[in-house]
Parts: sequence; structure tokens; C-alpha cells
Amino acid sequence: MSTFSASRYTTEYQAIAATLPGQALVWLKELRADALEKFSAHGFPSPREEEWRYTNVSVIEKKLFATVSRETPLPKLQVVDAEWLKSFQLEDTWSVVLIDGHFSAEFSDLDGLPETVSVMGMADALTKQPELLETYLGRAVNNTEHGFIAFNTAWFTDGLFVHVPAKQVLEKPIQVLHIVTQSDVMAITRNVIIIDDMAEARIIESFAGVGDNNYLTAAVTEVFVGRNADHSLYKMQSESEKAYHFGGIYIKQAQDARFTHHNFAFGGLLARSDIHVDLDQASECELNGLYLGVNRQHIDNHTRIYHLKPHASSREIYKGVLGDRARGVFQGRVIVAEDAQKTDSQMNNRNLLLSNEAEADTKPQLEIYADDVKCGHGVTVGQLDEKSIFYLQSRCIDEETARNMLTFAFANEMVDKIKIKSLHDKVLEQVLVRFPQEGVEKSWL
Amino acid sequence: MLTIKNLHVNVGDKPILKGINLQINPGEIHAIMGPNGSGKSTLAHILSGKSGYTVTAGSVAYNNKDLIDMAPEIRAREGVFLAFQYPVEIPGVSNIYLLKAALNAIRKHQGLSEVDAMDFLTLVKGKVRLLEMDEKFLYRAVNEGFSGGEKKRNEILQMAILEPRLCILDETDSGLDIDALKIVSEGVNSLRSPDRSFVMVTHYQRLLDYIKPDFVHVLANGQIVKSGGPELALELEEKGYSWLESDQVAA
Repeated sequence: MSTFSASRYTTEYQAIAATLPGQALVWLKELRADALEKFSAHGFPSPREEEWRYTNVSVIEKKLFATVSRETPLPKLQVVDAEWLKSFQLEDTWSVVLIDGHFSAEFSDLDGLPETVSVMGMADALTKQPELLETYLGRAVNNTEHGFIAFNTAWFTDGLFVHVPAKQVLEKPIQVLHIVTQSDVMAITRNVIIIDDMAEARIIESFAGVGDNNYLTAAVTEVFVGRNADHSLYKMQSESEKAYHFGGIYIKQAQDARFTHHNFAFGGLLARSDIHVDLDQASECELNGLYLGVNRQHIDNHTRIYHLKPHASSREIYKGVLGDRARGVFQGRVIVAEDAQKTDSQMNNRNLLLSNEAEADTKPQLEIYADDVKCGHGVTVGQLDEKSIFYLQSRCIDEETARNMLTFAFANEMVDKIKIKSLHDKVLEQVLVRFPQEGVEKSWL
Repeated sequence: MLTIKNLHVNVGDKPILKGINLQINPGEIHAIMGPNGSGKSTLAHILSGKSGYTVTAGSVAYNNKDLIDMAPEIRAREGVFLAFQYPVEIPGVSNIYLLKAALNAIRKHQGLSEVDAMDFLTLVKGKVRLLEMDEKFLYRAVNEGFSGGEKKRNEILQMAILEPRLCILDETDSGLDIDALKIVSEGVNSLRSPDRSFVMVTHYQRLLDYIKPDFVHVLANGQIVKSGGPELALELEEKGYSWLESDQVAA
């Protein structure tokens, strides 16, 4: 079934293959050829696969989106005026802008970046840093193969490359803004982030589209956090309301590394995030997520934390607010290898349903092969607590306002975890836009 | 201020209050005492507007208005305040925000403009000191992670700031150690005024050592079986409730 559709993409591939970056690199050509073969054989993931059972992406197969070639001047670029861009761009960051799957030097701003730090488009990086990429590209996704990863590897047109050398502490965050300006296109980007030993960096991935365009984003980000390094990665997904989004983030943490991920999944008609972390000895990871669904949105979050070695800890909390006929999915797997004694892991997923037709599917999974570990998980799916509503009413707040206040408070707990002020405010704006109830005040939050 | 006449209240089909009569005048403190299951908390809840209760007969007039018909938030804006037996944790809503929202709702109800930010802060900080609370509590989520004593103190803080006309204290002393009880009582006593009334629902006489009531009523099996002055509380401490319950059975 899916192979037929996949072959349509595969046929198209021949026409664009020669335009993809890294043509001169034999290892990359092999990697792409291998990925193409896998994709041709299996197509996009199907709900028959356990990890995709709640999310059906067959609509993407039917649609046949086209890549935007780098050579064609971007016809719709005029819609990306600086003002519009500013509504997503954060102040006081180094900024990388990818438009329709291609790095835009014009809109990017890397002034003052320390010389030892590399931040550039992936196509440039394949020319300038091929050895480094040969080592890293594809390494973090080794064990998590599915159709979207193969598709991304074969098709990617550009992306973000970041290399922060050992002991370098980046003072400002880097924001990479993935913008899609057209309908019927796809933006396939491959991103590699390397934070060497003892280095510290904060990176924000923002995804946005113009108007109500129907397009596909498929971004794969591979992250390598070196020994005793510290990395915070934020994802702000506010794609257009008819967009399809796949964003996979695959992280390898070395010994003593610390990694925090914040996933704000707000946009798109159908959106799926993978956040898969491999933990070495005594490393720490924190995964925070907030998904807001309205209308008929389908938002899927798939997390996997793999404790490979002893003494590592993981903390995960995902919250969903689902209204109208929206559907939220949370699949959280924690795997503790036989060798990973003294693992300390907590996973939590809480869902708030605002309408009778909204749906939350939640599936926490613990797979523990070690015998001396502390692992816990909790899940809730429910509506607003009537006791809380009465308490607020008894404090002079009318019922509707009380409901709004509690809904926002529920979501805001995750927004408040953002440690970058400008991003915090942007995310808050996005939360407010998505729940435009009358009388909602910013001061609540 | 508050006139309760022949009040009958059911939970489901079960009668809980069976004809309560009570007159509370401005400035008075009334203690409602009684054994578990006597209907004390139901009385507190019905006055504050909690759902789940059906008034089957009788009336409650508050400043000559029908209280039962008012939504809980309207009662609150009209000056009825319930200090909860079990204050609810509201994660994500800060104490200070709730205080401000509540105060402004009352002011709006009274046709006044919103409170000035500086005046508000001065007011709040003064009351925080009165209740010997840490200012940090203001910026924490409402009751979240508070100890039992901190929650009760927080209720009194809200009361002190909102300046209600009718204060209903539901088992405020339960779960408090003696130091916390003293602080809470001082907070309540500082609010006593000729135009403010209190209804203290309590199982224990101890609270009345610190907040002296004008009247004590004993509730048993959904009715007030005895009313008297503060000395009645002492008598109850000595004899327990059983003599009154059996009195009623005999009657």
C-alpha cells in the first residue's frame, strides 16, 4: 500500500538528486542511497508500527509535496518581510533562518559569534566541515530508524550546523528559524549540533509557516552533548494550521553531560515530534513538553529515554491541553539497560480535555533490565477540577474566568520553565493566541 | 446581617440540615459546634454556595437579599468569605495574582476602579507581616506545597485583604499547632469590627480560647439543639456532646 505512494516520491527524487548538497562526498552519497532504498521499500511509517499506532501519516503520501530547489529564486520571498519574521525572531540571539528548506544568509545574523564556534547552513558545512560531519551525521539516529528518518536522510536540502568547541560557553542563545512560505512544498532539513566537552550552549528551533499554507516540514536534528557539557534545546512549533510537521530530535549525551529539552507543540494540522535521548554514565536529562490542540489538530509526541550506563537521571513532564476535536498523543518510553544501575527516572504526562470530543492517547512505558533503580511514571487525563473552580468562585472569580484561569495555569507551568526571557514571552503569546477566550489576561500567567 | 429561617438542606435524598434558625447581627461572633456528622460543614458550604446541596425548605437572607439564589462569586463580592477547612491548591496561579483579581472583582462590584498597584502591594505586605508569613508566599502558586498551617494562614491572609462583611471559618483550628493557632487567631481578632460578623464552625473548643464568641450554638443531627454564651463552650468541653444528642433524642 504505502510502497506505491512512496514510489511516487522516489520517482520525483531522481529529478532533484543532483541538486542536493554534498554531491562531492562519497560517504554522504552512500548514506543517501542507502536511505532512499529503505524509504522505497517501506515508505512513511504506518499505524501498524507500534511507535506510530496513534498517528496516520498516509495523507502525506497521497499528497506528494515537492522540494524547493536552491537554484530557483524564492518566488514568494517577498512575503517574508522583516516585520513578519520579527514576530518569530527573538531579540538578543544569534539567528539562523532557513526558508523553504534553505539557509538564508540575508536574514541570518551571526555577528559577534566567537571565531572558534561554527554556526552555518548544512549545505555550507558539508563543504567546509566534511570530516566532522562524516563522523556525526547519521550517528545519533542509528537505532531509531523509521520512514521519516530515511526520507530525511535521502531528501534533505539544507539545515543547521552548530559546533561549539570544548569549554566554550556561548553567552547568547542561537535561534534557528525554519520558515515555509509556500503551499504544496516540503522543507526537509537535517540539523547537526555538536557541543563538545565542558561547553555550554542554548539553541532554539522555531518552526513557522505563512498563512494557512499546506506544506510538509520534516526536520531531523542530531545532537551530541560532550562530557560534562551543558545544552538546552528549545523547540517552538507553530506551523500553519494546515501544515504537516515531523520533527525528530535524537540526542547522545556523553558522561556527565546535562541536557534539557523544551517542546512546545502548538501548530500544524498533523504534527509529530520524536525526542530520543541516549544517556551515558551520570548524565542528566530533562524533557519538558506542552502540546495545545484546537479544532481538528493531531499532535503526537514520542519520547524515548535510554539509560545505557549507571547513575544517570532523567526527568520528563509532558502536558497537553486539548479542545474542540483535537487529539493529543503521548508515547513515552524509558529503557533502563542491564548495566544502568542507580538510574533515577521520573516520567509524567498530564492531559486536560476541554471538550467532550477532544481525545488524549497516552502510553508511558518503562522497560527496566537493571535491578537497582528508581523509576516512576504517572499519567492523568481529565477535566478541570470542580473543587478548584469553586475555590476561585469563592474568591470572587466568576466560573468562566475560573475555568480559563485554571486552563492557562495548567499550561503556564510549562511555559514558566523557559529560562530565556524573550522566548518565554513569545511562547506565552502563542499560548494566548491559541486560546482566545474572552477575558483572558496576560497577568494571570 | 444574616437571617437563617427554618433551613432544610439535602445532599441527594438525605436530609442533613433539618430546620436551622439563626440570627447573626453586625459585629457578632457565633460559634457553631457539634460532633462529626452534625451538619456543621454543610451549613458553612450552603452559606458559601458550594454545589451539591439542595435547599428543600426555609430561607437565608444576607443583608435582606436571598443568599441561596446568588452565585458563589456574587456572594463573595457581596462580602461573604469562606475560610476553607481544606484550602485547595491551584498550581500555576500565584497567590498575589489571585488576591489582586479577587480584590478588583469586589471593587468592580462596588463600582470602584481597580486598585492602584502600589497601594495594593503596601496593603498586602502589611497583612503578610500581621500573619507572620514570608513574603515569598505571595509569589508562590496558591496553597501549592504549603503545610496545613500555612494554608490556614493563607486563608486568613485573603480574608484580611478582602475585608468581607461575613466571615465563615470552617474548622480553621483543625490541623494547627498552638503557635499557628495563636497567629491565626490574632489575625481574626484584628479583623473584628462593629460591622463585620463571624461564623466559626468548629469541632474543638480550643479555638474559642483565642477568639471569644458572643454566642455558641450546638448543632446535632441537623438542628441547633442548644444556644448560649461562651460558657456553653466550656460546658461542652467538660461534658462532651453526648448529653445534648441524647437530650434531643428524648425531646
